[in-house]
Amino acid sequence: MTAARTGGAVLLVALAALAAAPAHAERLVASLSSHVVQITSNFNGVELVLFGIVEGDDAGDPPREGYDIVATVTGPRETLVTRRKDRMFGIWVNAEARTFANVPSYVSVMANRPLDTIAAGATLEREHVGVAYAALPSDRAAVGDEPFADALIRIKGEHGLYSETDNAVTFLTPTLYRASIVLPAEAQTGTYEVVVKLFADGAMIARADSAFEIDTVGFERFIAFAAVDHGILYGLATAFMAVMTGWLASIIFRRD
Amino acid sequence: MEIYLPIADLPVNVFLVLAMGLAVGFISGMFGVGGGFLMTPLLIFIGISPAVAVATVSSHVAASSFSGAIAYWRRRALDLALALMLLAGGIVGTISGVWLFTELRALGQLDLTIGLSYVLLLGTVGVVMVVEGVRALLRARQGKPIELRRPGSHTWIHGLPLKVRFKQSRIYVSAIPVCGIGLMMGFLGAIMGIGGGFLLVPMLIYFLRVPTNVVIGTSMVLTLVTMASATILHAATNHLVDAVLALILMVGGVTGAQFGARAGQKMRGDRLRLLLGILVLAVGLRFAYDLVVAPADLYFIRSTAEEQ
Repeated sequence: MTAARTGGAVLLVALAALAAAPAHAERLVASLSSHVVQITSNFNGVELVLFGIVEGDDAGDPPREGYDIVATVTGPRETLVTRRKDRMFGIWVNAEARTFANVPSYVSVMANRPLDTIAAGATLEREHVGVAYAALPSDRAAVGDEPFADALIRIKGEHGLYSETDNAVTFLTPTLYRASIVLPAEAQTGTYEVVVKLFADGAMIARADSAFEIDTVGFERFIAFAAVDHGILYGLATAFMAVMTGWLASIIFRRD
Repeated sequence: MEIYLPIADLPVNVFLVLAMGLAVGFISGMFGVGGGFLMTPLLIFIGISPAVAVATVSSHVAASSFSGAIAYWRRRALDLALALMLLAGGIVGTISGVWLFTELRALGQLDLTIGLSYVLLLGTVGVVMVVEGVRALLRARQGKPIELRRPGSHTWIHGLPLKVRFKQSRIYVSAIPVCGIGLMMGFLGAIMGIGGGFLLVPMLIYFLRVPTNVVIGTSMVLTLVTMASATILHAATNHLVDAVLALILMVGGVTGAQFGARAGQKMRGDRLRLLLGILVLAVGLRFAYDLVVAPADLYFIRSTAEEQ
């Protein structure tokens, strides 16, 4: 990814300039190798690079030892229905269901070491750090919803849409970090928010925000939009395409 | 070569889908049916959601029916008047089918309904076809003459009012069963993603006494129009028709059908019907298996409002 490297180099220069500016405490800077991902017909997932730097405070103290970084990427929100199958009259039917509104379609939590060694559970919950807290903050899960919420997180995980990786963030120097955001082919189009949180001694001390966009381009975009925005025309066009295909076949394969 | 399907929202291998189109097309050409009853299940089995599969296959069946209908039209082997009357019911059936499809989808019971419909319809029709096919084979082996249609025989259907004469088919029959059959085909087609040729052809022969020389052509005209309307309606209401997937299937389907038709001409009619019966029954059983066997995962998730 040459674009990422060039972007990185530009950013490092910018960082060097920023580092001279005074600040009260540690500041966190984050950037992405790309801010737009375009889905074309052979889209098979993509990888973005998140990178940044921890700036020391203005007192000129040497940077603290033992910084921890947790980066959370959340995809466009959707309303999901989780259904459970039950046996009824010998066949498996969809029985109970729970609707979870405003759930991120994608969640990736990346850290430099296991989350439970970075901060206490209560801190992680308050900061919405961790797949479960990022996807379904506890205030949204009513009593009796847990199995459905767990199933949602598990199934999303099986599709590579929800993930939590302990070793995804690497420190290149004690203050320079880098992580790879892996987006599977199923990733939805829309805006993805990136929140990077800096922890030290079990407490969150700084955060940085960024975002990127997944966009369909060209023919796929045209099709996807036409299907939703101009349903009738789209249907007529598809039916016409069917008739033309049938007609062409009858001409090409005519045998009399 | 992977290609991204914009509506099904997943990448598939173009050659796999093309091969499926060819294979189903071959079978449909061989038996003179649209092939929807095979294509819809195949798409579901490769991971496309049943709703998208049903909606997309409508357009595939429309394409294969049209190329078939043209071939029969050239030989004047179709009854246009009968087809038009079937269509009067067919369109109403399609509209109500798409409406029910939308309602069931909102209730979360669409997949189950599709599965159950396949088990019931294909199971019943498959058993009848296999039994009939085996009987015919046994009769032929024992050297008994094959039972022919007796033109004079009347059933209760011929006692119904509103009789209409269809010149091409040389039948004089009530409009009620004609519209009724059309309605049923349109309705089932919209919900199950099938043209219904395997069901429609025997019904036209047994209930309406339509002569065998015009029956396939006539049924193809009905299938063409109901499936084309189902495509438009599914696209307009549920936005579920995947045009990219449809195009690959159509191209494979119409090509495969040509070779299938040639293979079919070399086989005896009773053997063909038995084979088709076995195939229909097998698809029905496959759906029954999915309904009865404990699923690997009891839970599943679905987005209700994608891309607002």
